[in-house]
Amino acid sequence: MKRQVKLLQGNEACAMAAVAAGVRFFAGYPITPATEIAEILAQELPKVGGTFIQMEDEIASMAAVIGASIGGVKGLTATSGPGFTLKQENLGYAAMVQVPCVIVNVQRGGPSTGMPTLPAQMDVMQARWGTHGDHPIIVLCPSTVYEYYMLTIKAVNFSEMLRMPVIILSDAVVGHLREKVVLPDISEIEIVERKKATVPPEEFLPFKPDADDVPPFVSYGKGYRYHMTSNNYDEGGYPATNNHQVADKLLRRLHNKIEKRRGEIVMTEEIMMDDAEVAIFAYGCTARSAYSAVETARAQGLKVGLIKALTLWPFPREVVEKYGDKVQAVIVPEMNMGQLVGEVERALKDKKAGVRPLNRFDGKMITPEQIVSAVKEVK
Amino acid sequence: MAVHVQDYLRMHKMPHIWCPGCGTGIALGAVVRAIHNVGYSRDEVIVITGIGCSARTNAIIDFNTFQTTHGRALSFATGFKLTRPEMKVVVITGDGDGAGIGGNHLIHTCRRNIDITTILINNSIYGMTGGQYSPLTPRGSYATTAPYGTVEPSFDICKLAEGAGATYVGRATAYHVTLLEQLVTKALKHEGFSLVEAITQCPIGYGRRNKMKSPTEMLKWQREHAVNVKAAAGMSPEQLEGKFLIGEFVNKTAPEYTKLYQKLIEDAQSKGAK
Amino acid sequence: MERCEIVLSGFGGQGIVLGGIILAEAAAIYDDINATHNQSYGPEARGGASKSEVIISKEVIHFPEIEYPDVLVALTQEAANKFAPTVKEQGVLIVDSGVKINDQIKDKVKLYSLPITEMAVKVAGSEIVTNMVTLGALVAITKVVSREALEKAMFSRIPKGTEEVNMKALAQGFALAEYLV
Repeated sequence: MKRQVKLLQGNEACAMAAVAAGVRFFAGYPITPATEIAEILAQELPKVGGTFIQMEDEIASMAAVIGASIGGVKGLTATSGPGFTLKQENLGYAAMVQVPCVIVNVQRGGPSTGMPTLPAQMDVMQARWGTHGDHPIIVLCPSTVYEYYMLTIKAVNFSEMLRMPVIILSDAVVGHLREKVVLPDISEIEIVERKKATVPPEEFLPFKPDADDVPPFVSYGKGYRYHMTSNNYDEGGYPATNNHQVADKLLRRLHNKIEKRRGEIVMTEEIMMDDAEVAIFAYGCTARSAYSAVETARAQGLKVGLIKALTLWPFPREVVEKYGDKVQAVIVPEMNMGQLVGEVERALKDKKAGVRPLNRFDGKMITPEQIVSAVKEVK
Repeated sequence: MAVHVQDYLRMHKMPHIWCPGCGTGIALGAVVRAIHNVGYSRDEVIVITGIGCSARTNAIIDFNTFQTTHGRALSFATGFKLTRPEMKVVVITGDGDGAGIGGNHLIHTCRRNIDITTILINNSIYGMTGGQYSPLTPRGSYATTAPYGTVEPSFDICKLAEGAGATYVGRATAYHVTLLEQLVTKALKHEGFSLVEAITQCPIGYGRRNKMKSPTEMLKWQREHAVNVKAAAGMSPEQLEGKFLIGEFVNKTAPEYTKLYQKLIEDAQSKGAK
Repeated sequence: MERCEIVLSGFGGQGIVLGGIILAEAAAIYDDINATHNQSYGPEARGGASKSEVIISKEVIHFPEIEYPDVLVALTQEAANKFAPTVKEQGVLIVDSGVKINDQIKDKVKLYSLPITEMAVKVAGSEIVTNMVTLGALVAITKVVSREALEKAMFSRIPKGTEEVNMKALAQGFALAEYLV
């Protein structure tokens, strides 16, 4: 296969990328505006020997994906707000038991049923903290159809590499938009497979980590019989429900495996930031408006740049901090009442730059004009 | 040849956590003997559980094992079985786990007729949390959350499974442990979704609040109230009043899910979707 | 081509969504410039005013929404009522014959009233090829994509066996408009 030029819908790109990344199992439940991903994978997965199943609800979908991943197959599910809420329970399981899986949340307006066909960015904090307990998570956020494709592959790779759930937080704009994309040749894309055991069964401890804090993941049924539990557990995989030392060590390790690869996981793009006096920090569909706004403002002689976050969690604080004393202000446009702006403020608390939220939550995109006006206000 | 259940236990994980007189171990023994009877190797069997006393069964048995979230074991098992159809998948659940929080998953797993063997250990109570009433607690029973007696009717989980499409269904008790072993053996051999309900005693969580203080009293209750389905055929409604049935209720053939899906894959690869 | 924002609107069943996709694909793939496509979704997409948005541009398209289109096609009175007031000053407004446009809007835009559905019925015996007649007329008037690109995009997206009728509908669309332009 060569490079392909296509007019692709965002959700379509996500489904294609999943197959390219080696996903061979999808379980889901119909929900607007994410259903296209299920529909396409129902069609495509059997062709490559994979499995699609529509479960009775979102809880079961998440469980089935984890079950499939435990079986040794890369699994993915896709949903939107109400379904994302239901997935939280087993998302926590995947984080705790260290089972690779990818959850796509095509964000729509909330709370509750809200505005099913309209975009929002209201699940940023839920993606970080939605399931109970102090769990680790990686959240990637595309703003274009091309990024949706590439970040889906990254998400699958990170989940397999680190044995953990990875969330793709897209939105109804990026999910439904069709645009021109140039897809790379599959052979140019790095595809990661989970680590295999290096010791014989009698020496094997299922949760004994390597130096990168990630334990190898061995499929059942191949002579390595072991136990896994969502209770606090020891390196042997057995419940250690009341063991304080084991709990402390486990939780630190679950977080450290991300921190150790932070440089690789935290992805941002800095656009026209070299001489910027005002920065816009944006992500998802809002980054598109912000890009337009930067071009318009520059044409008017305003020194404005864009920090586009492709990784929302772990939050790219190091990138924001870098500009903390260089710019006068950081504008944070979000289609919510102010979520990631809190993280920007935290990153800049000892810096000179001020932080200016710009929020809209009526189901319409923030326009470039709104952002340009905000730039003029802070200048 | 008789098997020592001990041979299948992870003895280094002893002691187990169950209370004295608990029936869960009796049910687990029957399951282990049944697996031995069928002749499956340890490596080809996977036992999946959820949350509760029943969920603590698989940490101590030497098969491939994992415990999941409350009520969701069948959904995890469905995903696992679909990707590893060659493995023998067993789910051990309880009355709260399987009929309460996981009830919807149970219904739909029955409907799909996927080749999973489920043993639902029914001790009539939420034991792990200290004795709250479950969807299978008989009406009028006392529980910590039913200090005046439950006003709710309970499910007949076997009838529910049958209605939902399970192709093998049976029930036995801790007292009728030989029957339990026989039913589980047949369930394991059965192709399709099978459910065996094992009625067990929980003297601490249920018995002592319901005029059955000792495990023996509870086992006696099982003996006196269970009627084999074959014997019941010749009994009048009056004779069956207050009794419950045990034995094999459903044993039928129907297309199995993973086989159907394998066929779907072959068709998609040769013909393409519509 | 500077950024050109096009809205196709009408009634569910007129092939508005597919029409938009074909137009965007003609630009993006066959004319090799940039294009985006968006559509109304959900219950909104079935019955009532249905909408398909296409942006075509030499530059990268960041902001993908259309507030004030350069070109609007309105195939029903309802769609015209809803969207015609949004057309840019000196923009192009293409309507099906019989769709009424008030004088205030007429003064502001270049209005083309064409027998689009009538032609579709003539060609195919039903309204099924309305989208192709529309695209033919739209491209003849606006030249947002090349005719060759439009034909190629159409062939890549329509069901096998319908090539002839769609090609004929497209040609009739061009003919309708070329007569006016």
